[in-house]
This record gives sequence, structure tokens and C-alpha cells, in this order.
Amino acid sequence: MDAITDELRLATDSEHQCFGAGMPLNITVNGKAHDTRVAPWTTLLDFLRENLGLTGTKKGCDHGQCGACTVLVDGRRINSCLTLAVMRDGCKITTVEGLGKPGALHPLQEAFIERDAFQCGYCTPGQLCSAAGLINEGQAKDRDDVRELMSGNICRCGAYTNIADAVMDVLPKGGQS
Amino acid sequence: MAQVEIGMPQRRVEGELKVTGQARYAAEYPVEGLLYGFVINATIAKGRIAKIDTTAALAVPGVIEVFTHENRPNLAWFDRSYKDDGDSPGSPLRPLYDDKILYDAQPIALLVAETFEIARYAVGLVDIEYEREDFNTDFVSALPDRFFPKKKRAFYTPFKDRGDAPNAYKDLPVQVSNDYHMVSEHHNPMELNATTVVWEGDGKITVYDKNQGSQNVQKYLASVFGLSKDKVRVLNPFVGGAFGSGLRPEYQVYMATLAATTLKHSVRVTLTRQQMFSHVHRPEAVQTVSLASDETGRMNAMMVEATTSTSRYENFMETVVNWGGTAYACENAKFDYNIAALDIHTPGDMRAPGAATGMNIFEMAMDELAYAANVDPLELRIKNYSEQDAMNNTPYTSKALMSAYKEGAARFGWEKRSQAPRSMKDGTELVGWGMATGMWEAMMAVATVRARIGANGQLEVASATSDIGTGTYTIMTQIAAETLGLPMDRVTAKLGDSDLPLSPIEGGSWTAATVGAAVQLACRALGEKLFKAASKVPGNPFGDAKFDQIEFIDGQARVRGKATGISLQDLLHASGEPWLEAEETAKPSMITNMTKSRHTHSAVFVEVKVDEELGVVRVTRVVNAVAGGRIINPLTARSQILGGVVMGMGMALHEDTLMDHRLGRIMNHSLAEYHVPAHADVFDIDVIFVDEPDPEVSPLGVKGLGEIGIVGVAAAISNAIFHATGKRVRSFPITIDKILSIDTTDAL
Repeated sequence: MDAITDELRLATDSEHQCFGAGMPLNITVNGKAHDTRVAPWTTLLDFLRENLGLTGTKKGCDHGQCGACTVLVDGRRINSCLTLAVMRDGCKITTVEGLGKPGALHPLQEAFIERDAFQCGYCTPGQLCSAAGLINEGQAKDRDDVRELMSGNICRCGAYTNIADAVMDVLPKGGQS
Repeated sequence: MAQVEIGMPQRRVEGELKVTGQARYAAEYPVEGLLYGFVINATIAKGRIAKIDTTAALAVPGVIEVFTHENRPNLAWFDRSYKDDGDSPGSPLRPLYDDKILYDAQPIALLVAETFEIARYAVGLVDIEYEREDFNTDFVSALPDRFFPKKKRAFYTPFKDRGDAPNAYKDLPVQVSNDYHMVSEHHNPMELNATTVVWEGDGKITVYDKNQGSQNVQKYLASVFGLSKDKVRVLNPFVGGAFGSGLRPEYQVYMATLAATTLKHSVRVTLTRQQMFSHVHRPEAVQTVSLASDETGRMNAMMVEATTSTSRYENFMETVVNWGGTAYACENAKFDYNIAALDIHTPGDMRAPGAATGMNIFEMAMDELAYAANVDPLELRIKNYSEQDAMNNTPYTSKALMSAYKEGAARFGWEKRSQAPRSMKDGTELVGWGMATGMWEAMMAVATVRARIGANGQLEVASATSDIGTGTYTIMTQIAAETLGLPMDRVTAKLGDSDLPLSPIEGGSWTAATVGAAVQLACRALGEKLFKAASKVPGNPFGDAKFDQIEFIDGQARVRGKATGISLQDLLHASGEPWLEAEETAKPSMITNMTKSRHTHSAVFVEVKVDEELGVVRVTRVVNAVAGGRIINPLTARSQILGGVVMGMGMALHEDTLMDHRLGRIMNHSLAEYHVPAHADVFDIDVIFVDEPDPEVSPLGVKGLGEIGIVGVAAAISNAIFHATGKRVRSFPITIDKILSIDTTDAL
């Protein structure tokens, strides 16, 4: 077992030295194009938070279990902790910072404030991006659909009923945008 | 401009920052040249570190240092240096102090590297050898060694026996006596525990940390690392949930500070979700409740015994057995409470500590008594209602629980309930309606607030308190706006900074009453300073009026009844000062505390639907009617209760920290396996605040709402499941396997 571990270590160490300077990455985040380099093992989540300083996207588990890191990739919602940044070369990413800004809020952001759809605010960016993705999907027709299809986003403060109300406020009638 | 008043719904003032991702949490402060720490945790439950070899890890490019007990800097030795405002009697954990392992997943080393990824990778290269010792993590097997500690924890409330319960019990016709079990739970706030320590270059550190008390952490760090307080500033302006997990300084702040002060460099340490199971948690509990009544359900004997878990190095205690004996009139009552020590991390306060355990279980026993006496469960509570604190025979400052029962029952439609179990159906699903009483202490502590008005007319109110999602920013703003007659956007609330005026740890539901009162006092004092400045205004606009004749309204101060006044900005200008400020401290009334009892109450009504073939329970309706004194902001207050109800659903149906006792290790340390309620689990929750004016409980009449929302919820769900199925599950969480395995013939 030790031999295998040593071999693995050597392989990883040499990879680290090869790729430490990073691989090329062209990615558009919130409308801004980035031509940069990133280590191949950096997740999209860590790339957004640590490399670009876009800390609106949250790390709640790093295992795809809580939804706090939800972002939109080419309009589809994904857990950004479960994808490497280099796998999203050429993609367009929207984070919570790209949904709207103070003074020019997205209707979902406005509805979340109005409905008090958050308390600590930590799951909120993920809930918002997930709700935006949900609306893009056009599958949710009613409140029960919203509850079911938002279930990948955990809120430990328990704001679920208010989140569902806020999403319903913005969801186009019949679920189609 | 509408006058802001206490009692009006107000949107969260920090809402825009939170929905746009601009609110920064502890791990989100950008720092030049930041280093990343990754904690290494022990993989044995008890023993010592025989060897720790960091050579391979240190050889990885980008790894800076691995801190262990062998190379750590000199640290405080005395236990008392590690004490904090939320601790328990004993010997606090001193990470990296020596080679001893006290529990599985104890932090034993910190690896520091240039990037998070290098740190995460290199921790796997640290070789650790252990010497193992025998351990025990099995609570039930430790029960024979339970004990009542000589030194009691500060937050523990003693009980008082009355009458002769064992003898009275024997002679009563209706008796129920059962054992109940509650598992350990982990808080699991969404934000991972994190600390960013900024090395300021002159021996000073600025510490962005996830906690519920910046000054508590500041005091701890100064004491442990031998720093003077002016060298340590701790900030927690945004806290991504805590629920009690941030009451004590957590090990990531210790580790990050150790690394930063040694390396003289800024360091960030973030725990993983797995590591969120390596520290504080709600203790495991067993409880025996024996209740006896006459044929009509009038209770005349109660005996409540409980034991909760603690660690071997600290004696954590909760107030578990007192609640039923406080709530209900019953001439004979006997209590017993003990703790049992295990080789685990010390448990701690988690939302409604003690009450969520003790009151929930007592209220399950009350439901059993209702069925034994064949009395409607709500009627049973009303029959045994006590207007005063039945434990201490003291009057309440207020107790509008009867209104909560009535309004809650009416909203829920309780009168349409049929008493017999299994008597209500909806299609193929069994329907159950259950209810329970909740209660929590209405506490007030001591806090200081500074109110300052500047030349731009903006009023700032500041205190070192925390807002963990509770709405503190908003109510501080609202109370200040009301007191000085300003719109919400002319007031800024500042908190979450140890440099601000004194405030206690944010917990126990005392913040609204405590800090709220201090905001009002400080704003009134500032108002008086502004009033005095009016004498410098040509033709003093207030004439001979005294301060108590002045009202603050529409951004102006004016003599009550007069149509016109003078703006606060003009008054400030007249004072000749660049700003005016006042600092005031709010304290509870010692006389009220000694002569009266102070509690928050609730009545929780729940509907469940149970698919008996699958054992699946859905909580389709909840009405939580709360008697919580004066409500400052109904919007955020309602959210507090909603959150408590959802966590209560977790307690009833989902949450279970599962330990493998052969390893002494928590096995379900992830959000995939430690289940908490998700969107699909939560249907309708209705919150009612009943009218409960209470000028005595605190200066604002506020009782606090952070805990009360969870108390009684798990009991009401359990009682509803019994009503639906005829199955009495006496251990939480009530999972599918338990519902499927219990034989109904016994319970009916």
C-alpha cells in the first residue's frame, strides 16, 4: 500500500509542478471576458471566489450537497463546486453579482427582499441563481413544482416558505418565460 | 413621510447586500498575499500522537509550514486562559497544546500553504502514528456512570421539587410513564466556519471570524496568545447562520491566529463540511417522564428524569427537566438531572438548548396522558394551565399562552379533530393532528449602544452585537428611527466589530430585548443633547419647553402639539459640534428578576399525512401561535419562527448524528447523510403573534424570538403521527423504519 501511495504522491507532485502555473482558460463571467490561467484542479467555485474575488457565490459543502454555490453556466444552473474551472472553457457564467446590482435589482432579488426570503443570507445567492435557472427551464408550473425543483438548495435558517413565495411572485404564469 | 414605529413590518436593511452577493462573510475578505490553512484532524477517538512526520508535506512546493504540538509557539498554559463567555466548567480544549487525543476528529495540526488547493492536497502527506487507548462514545452504556457536577454551568437553572410525587403518583387512577430518547444533532449553519486573520504589520491582527460574539473571541485570542486587546480586533458583520455554534470561539480562529502571529502573515482557515461535525453539537439525551392525573385529566403528580451527554474534559449542562413543572399546575413534582461523560467533543448550546430537548419530550408525555385519560390534548393543557410559574410560585410579567392556545386552535381548525387515532384520512394517507406547548426564557442581558448624528444628518447606532440572520441590523435601525423620528434610510446600524461598545454573545434570544433597549436609551440621550443645542438657535424654537415635552417626528424635533419644529441637522449645526453622540447601557431590572418569572410561550398545531405502506410522513400544515411580548418587526419576527419550525421538523423527522461506536467516529458527516429539511419537505407554516403587552419583562416589552419557534414543534409532529397512525415513537428522529416497525396494537 505504501508503494502505491508513494507512486501516487510522485505522480501528483510532478503534475503539480507541471500545472502549477495553470492551464489557459477563456471564460466570460457576468458579461466580462477573462483570458487567464488556472490550475487544473481548481473548481469553478474556488476560481470565482479566490481567483476573481467574486465571493457572492458561496461554499457550503464543496460536495454538491447544499446548492449554496449554484451559478448559471450558459443559462443552466449547476453546482459550481462540482465542476473544474478548466472544464468551462469558452462558457458564459452568471453569478449572483451578475443577476443585478444594488439599485438595479433582478426581479427575483427584489422579491426575496420583499418576502424576507432569507435570514443569514448565506444560501441566498445559490437560491437566487437556482430560481433563475428554474425559470429558464420552464418546468415549474405551480408552488409544488417550485418546492420540488428548488430542493437542491438547502436553507438552514428555514426560509423555505418565503423563498417559494418569492419565486412564485416572479415565475411567469404557466411557468414559461 | 410615514413615521417609523416599533411594530411596523420593515424589510431587512442589509437585504440588498445579501441578495447581490455584496455582504462579505468571514472567508471573503480580500487580502494581499494571503496564506491558506487546512486543519488536520485526529483519526482515533482517544490516545496520543506517537509520531507526526511532516517531511513529505513540507517538500511540496507552496507549503509554508505545518503546525503541530511539537513546533507550536509558546501558548497560555492555564485552563483559565482558554475560558470564554459560553463555556462549561472543566478544562477547555487547547488545540496543539500537547500530544493527547480526547476525541475523534480533534484538530491536531494546521498545514499552511500558498493556495487552498496545495494545502488541501498536502495534508494527505502528513504521516501520523497514534497510541490508542480505550474509549467510549456510546451514551446508553455510559448512563450508569451519570453524575451531577459539583460546579454548575452558568446558564443552568436549578429545579425545585414539590409535594411527594412518588406517593401521589401511586394513588392516581391515570398514569403514564415512558422513556424517551433524543439523538445528538449538529447545527450545520450554511456558512462553513472560517477565519481570515489579517496581519497588520505592527503586531496587530484584524480577525474576520464566524462567531456570535466578536468581543468574546477578542478576549479569548488576547488571553490565549498573550496579546493586549488593542492588538486584536475581531469582526463578524455578516454571519452565515450559527444557531448557537458560534457562541464559543471555534478552533479555526485559534488555528488561523496561531499561524498568522507566528508567520507574521495573513492567513485564512476554512473548515470543510466534514469538519463542521468535529465540534459543538446538541447533546444526546434520555428522559423518563411519569405523569398521573385524576379521571378528568387533572394532573397531580409528575416525575421527570433526564441525562444528557458531555465530554470528559468539560461538563456541559442544559436546563432540561424544569419546563413541564414550570408550565403546569401540579401539586407533586420531582425532578432529577444528570450528565454522562463520553470521549467526544463537548456539546454546546443549539437553538433552545434544554427546552428543545426537555419541553418537547414533556409535551409528548402530555399527549400520552391525554390519551390515557381520554381527554382532548388541548383541553388537557388548559385543564392544567398555570397562571403563574408553577416551579417557583412566582407571578409572570405576562403569560398570554391561553390566547395562543385559542387563536392557534381557531386558525388551525382544531375543533374539527376527532380524538381517536387512525380516525382521519385523506385518500390513501392517514391524517394526524397534534399539538404541543412551547416555552423559553425571556432573558435580558447588559449591552451598550452609541448613537451619533453627523453633519449629513445620518444617525448611526452602534454596538458590538451580532446579526446571525436574526434581524438585529433592522430592529436596531427601526428602534432608532422611531426614537428620533427619522426614516429608516437616515439611520445606519453598525455591529459585528469588537471595537464597538460592549455587547454580550448573541444567544438565548436576549439580543432584541437587550440591544434594543440600549438603542432606545442612547437615542433618547442623544435627543436630549440635540434639545439642549436648541438654546443656541436664535429665538430658541422650543421656548420654555422641557425635554419631556419634545417629540421627534418627520426628521424634526418639536414641542408636542406644535405644527412646526426644527430639523435634527439644524440642531446639530447650532451645537457648533461636527457631530453629537451619546452612549448608554441597558440593564435588566433586578427587582423584576427577583420577584417575577419571565417566559415566552407558544402553542404549536401540526397536521401530518402518513403513507403507512411507505412510512413516509409529510408535515402538511403548521400553525405556531406565539406569545412573545412586543413584536418589533413582524416581518423578520415571523421569519424567526418559520426557521424554528423548520428546524423542529428536522429534529422530529430528519436530524441524527450517527456514531460508529467501534471507531468513536461520526459517520454521516455530510449534508447528503445528515438530513435537514429541504424545500420539498416544507409545506404551509402559519405564524401568529398574540397580543401580549408586557412593560416589565424588558424596557421595550420585548421577550425575544430566536428559540421559541423550535420548542414544541417536534412534540406536535410526534403527537400528530400518533394521531394518524396509532404508533407512538419515543425516539427522535421519527424515521421511516421506526414508523414501519412499531406494532400499533400495543399503543392503542
